[in-house]
Amino acid sequence: MSSLEIINLNASINGTEILKGLNLNVPQGEVHAIMGPNGSGKSTLAKVMAGHEDYEVTGGDVLLNGKSLLEMEVDERSREGLFLAFQYPAEIPGVSNANFLRAARQARLPEGEEIDAVAFYKEIYDKMDQLGMDRKFTGRSVNEGFSGGEKKRNEVLQMMMLEPSYAVLDETDSGLDIDALKIVADGVNAMRSDNRGFLVITHYQRLLDYIVPDYVHVLNDGQIIRSGSKDLALELEEKGYDWLKEED
Amino acid sequence: MVEGGGLDKKLNFVYMKTETETKSRIEIDREEANFHYDVDYKHDAGRGLDEETIDYISNVKKEDEWIRKFRQRALKIFNKKEMPTHWASQDLNSIKFDEIRYYLSAGEAPKRSWEDVPDEMKETFERLGIPEKERKFLAGVEAQFDSEAAYSNVKDAVSEQGVIFVNSSEGLAEHADIFRKWFGKVIPTGDNKFSALNSAVFSGGSFIYVPPGVKVKHPLQAYFRINAEQFGQFERTLIIVDEGAELTYMEGCTAPKFETSTLHSAVVELVAMKNAKIQYITVQNWSANVFNLVTKRGLAHEGAEVRWIDCNIGSRLTMKYPGVVMKGEGARGEVVSIALANDGQHQDTGAKMIHAADNTSSNVVSKSISVGEGRSTYRGHVHIPKHLKGCKNNTECDALLINPKSRTDTYPAVTVRGNQHSTQHEASVSQVSEEQIFYMKQRGLSEAEAMSLSVNGFVNDLVREFPMEYSVELKRLIDLEMEGSVG
Repeated sequence: MSSLEIINLNASINGTEILKGLNLNVPQGEVHAIMGPNGSGKSTLAKVMAGHEDYEVTGGDVLLNGKSLLEMEVDERSREGLFLAFQYPAEIPGVSNANFLRAARQARLPEGEEIDAVAFYKEIYDKMDQLGMDRKFTGRSVNEGFSGGEKKRNEVLQMMMLEPSYAVLDETDSGLDIDALKIVADGVNAMRSDNRGFLVITHYQRLLDYIVPDYVHVLNDGQIIRSGSKDLALELEEKGYDWLKEED
Repeated sequence: MVEGGGLDKKLNFVYMKTETETKSRIEIDREEANFHYDVDYKHDAGRGLDEETIDYISNVKKEDEWIRKFRQRALKIFNKKEMPTHWASQDLNSIKFDEIRYYLSAGEAPKRSWEDVPDEMKETFERLGIPEKERKFLAGVEAQFDSEAAYSNVKDAVSEQGVIFVNSSEGLAEHADIFRKWFGKVIPTGDNKFSALNSAVFSGGSFIYVPPGVKVKHPLQAYFRINAEQFGQFERTLIIVDEGAELTYMEGCTAPKFETSTLHSAVVELVAMKNAKIQYITVQNWSANVFNLVTKRGLAHEGAEVRWIDCNIGSRLTMKYPGVVMKGEGARGEVVSIALANDGQHQDTGAKMIHAADNTSSNVVSKSISVGEGRSTYRGHVHIPKHLKGCKNNTECDALLINPKSRTDTYPAVTVRGNQHSTQHEASVSQVSEEQIFYMKQRGLSEAEAMSLSVNGFVNDLVREFPMEYSVELKRLIDLEMEGSVG
């Protein structure tokens, strides 16, 4: 039984408060979208959950499967089952995709256990085929020289290989043309299951045509100001964010 | 990014240092090689260096008069030459020449079988895995313990081809004709202060001769071990590979960590005759109290090739700029080097490429990593004179900084005269960014694993140049260095 609870979360960067008492509960098996205008705190939420050291948590908690993530190192959070698909994935020169994923998988094994290399390659090739990635990408340095779309596909590949219990997708649609968007969405949809939850952060409704959420939340000035069904996203698309701000 | 294919390109300076506090502390784990044995040395030249020291060494070795004179002359040059602190490091002034012991040996000839090697020496080399490597993939091994070789053996199949692989004393005594012809010819005594020092007190090192046309399939290896405290190791290596012959030679170095400083100052001369090939591979992992001041140069005759593959991980200060003098038409020279400078270490390394004939080509690829407050320096010297034609040089030097306080400097001097040559030079400095580390940690890797992966990624293409057994060891050494380097 997995669960993700964000409880009255407050966080700041360089003394400026960004998240101001954010509450959100994502039961397992559900896809929740977080939408909001620029500067509302969407990306901050993703980075705070993952443990980026630039942000200071000043109050509240984030519980993954009942355990406080805030007390864990960045890598422990990952091994606990939290995956963040980055808006801007880092490039790692000289480290091949395959070696990187092997190291990440190895980090999840008990000491003394080794990865079965043959099975690993079979699995990674299957998943690359599914994502329409050229198999040569196993030998290429992580994200180095990748196009925007290739980087996002690579994020989804990593997610598929690491099988998290919760995945946070931070603006995964940015920089993608419609074909790439469909492929990435197909990959995410294939990962949807009763025991995995998603938090999809996006500025635009477009992505939610392909990754249909169970719930939509609107983030403004560091708080959730409205929650609703997927129709809320359509309404936002039509009216913009201002009508909600005014109501608030 | 510094780029240029320029003429008379002198000092090009890259310096990167940010104000941010470094958040990492370094604890070096070299426990594996950090042990020493109490040895009963039969011969000990005592501390300090004067004419008597040299007489002592010459007497113990029962050397010919010409060598004694060679040594005495070298001592005079050493005393006269100034310490190169004006261009290198002030840290050289910390070497206390009066406190160093210049010759220590058990007074026994090197053994042909490990069983005959005195226990403490045999155990030393067993702990370092030398006999095992010998069985697995080497054509011959020489294992030097302080001033003299404790073990020296070459496989029958190799000696039957006429290959000579002995220590320098034996080379002088048994093969004087060929030894004397080339000894001190590639690196003259007065080349620099430390080549003069070596010429005065040298002991140990390898003498190798490969006859024409013989291609030695497996590498010959020398292993240099410093055991004693406040000691100087001054091996002298001379390798002559005759026409059309080929050789790969590897050397490894370790020492225990002492509070006091230790000096290692070798001279290595390579001679590649017409169309010969020499590949010389070094994995230096001295402990952090060793001053490693080494002069290495190869002479490449017509169509010959000399490659230096050099990896410097240990030592307090390393100053080493392997060179190739391309004397014959079509000769090739190459230096491929990796340096890792951790806290308290300075790796001052580089390459010298002297083009002295038409259509000669040289290639320098250098990668350095500075960790914590470690410092790496690249110094290059490429010389192509005006009267030649068709010479080529390619120089690439890349530096990776791990922490904000890490430091790197690049001084690539390329002197090209005349307009019938082509040179390329590229340099880069990069830093492992917080964002890269955060990204890798988000995938479940610890900070140390993330660092190791980045560093191994940075040197990956060069590590492939090392023979497999060594590339595995290199990767492990880098992992070890990075393990303790994050807090």
